Amino acid sequence: MRSLLNVLVIVLSAALGLVLIGVILESPSPARVRLSEEVLMQIGASGVTHPVTAVLLNFRGYDTLLEVMVLLLALLGVLAQMGKQKRENPPAGFYLTEPRMQVLLWLARVLVPLMVLVAGYLLWAGGHQPGGAFQAGAVLAAAGVLLNLSGLLPSWMEPAWNLRAGLVSGLLVFLLIAAAVMMTASPGLLLQYPPASAGMLILLVETGLTLSLGLILAGLFLFLSGDAIDDEADK
Amino acid sequence: MSSLILDLLLVIALLWSALRSLMTQDLFQAVVLFIVFGLLMALVWARLHAPDIALAEAAIGAGLTGALLLDTVGYLRKKQQESFP
Repeated sequence: MRSLLNVLVIVLSAALGLVLIGVILESPSPARVRLSEEVLMQIGASGVTHPVTAVLLNFRGYDTLLEVMVLLLALLGVLAQMGKQKRENPPAGFYLTEPRMQVLLWLARVLVPLMVLVAGYLLWAGGHQPGGAFQAGAVLAAAGVLLNLSGLLPSWMEPAWNLRAGLVSGLLVFLLIAAAVMMTASPGLLLQYPPASAGMLILLVETGLTLSLGLILAGLFLFLSGDAIDDEADK
Repeated sequence: MSSLILDLLLVIALLWSALRSLMTQDLFQAVVLFIVFGLLMALVWARLHAPDIALAEAAIGAGLTGALLLDTVGYLRKKQQESFP
């Protein structure tokens, strides 16, 4: 039974690979397609004025959708690696009393609110200049890593329901908006926003993505760093 | 002229940090050089008028990956101390 399943998986994977190779061979040669001019011609209908954001979240929105899924899968891989053993969360701030930690603590307390502010700015700026959900999420994640390294935030062990909800919320918002747009505005077309409300929908998607990507990227560090800190607490 | 000199310096520093990061025997040194490489790469993207990629490179390439690699080095060192006290 198990080997039959393996054969099935191999056949399906091979079929998928052949289809992908076929699609690549079918696509027109890149020399004849002038993408940047096409983007600048259509940018009025995208709801944003920055061409990179227009491509990432409107014209090629499904690329971004798949990218978020890949990041979530990577985190699931990390969670699977951690095994099933349940441990007590180490108490936050177990080495905060040492004098040498005071500078780091002070820095973290000053920097983290600023980083949250910068993340909000990057999210908002994405509509008309460089910025957007990925960069904002990365800044949020960096704030989480800083809090963890300075001992203010314990490493994550078993994700509780609220953390799980946060991790998938961005993807869920993205999928809900994709489904809603497909049902109402443009039947049968994935992520074809109506131009009038495209700006608002993109901002909604990016807000959800910022939160989720921040948690996912921070999770890659905070789940993996759990063991090291756990060892230290034992000594 | 001055921008050409800046570009040349950036290219030399980028190649040097990449080579050193690959060649060095010390893992910690390699990770620090990798972070330096990421930050220089972000500057190069900015010089190439690609600020979006520069932001992503600085935040994810240098920052988050660097933090993960440093964490790994610390973990490996601790393991080594436990097995060879």
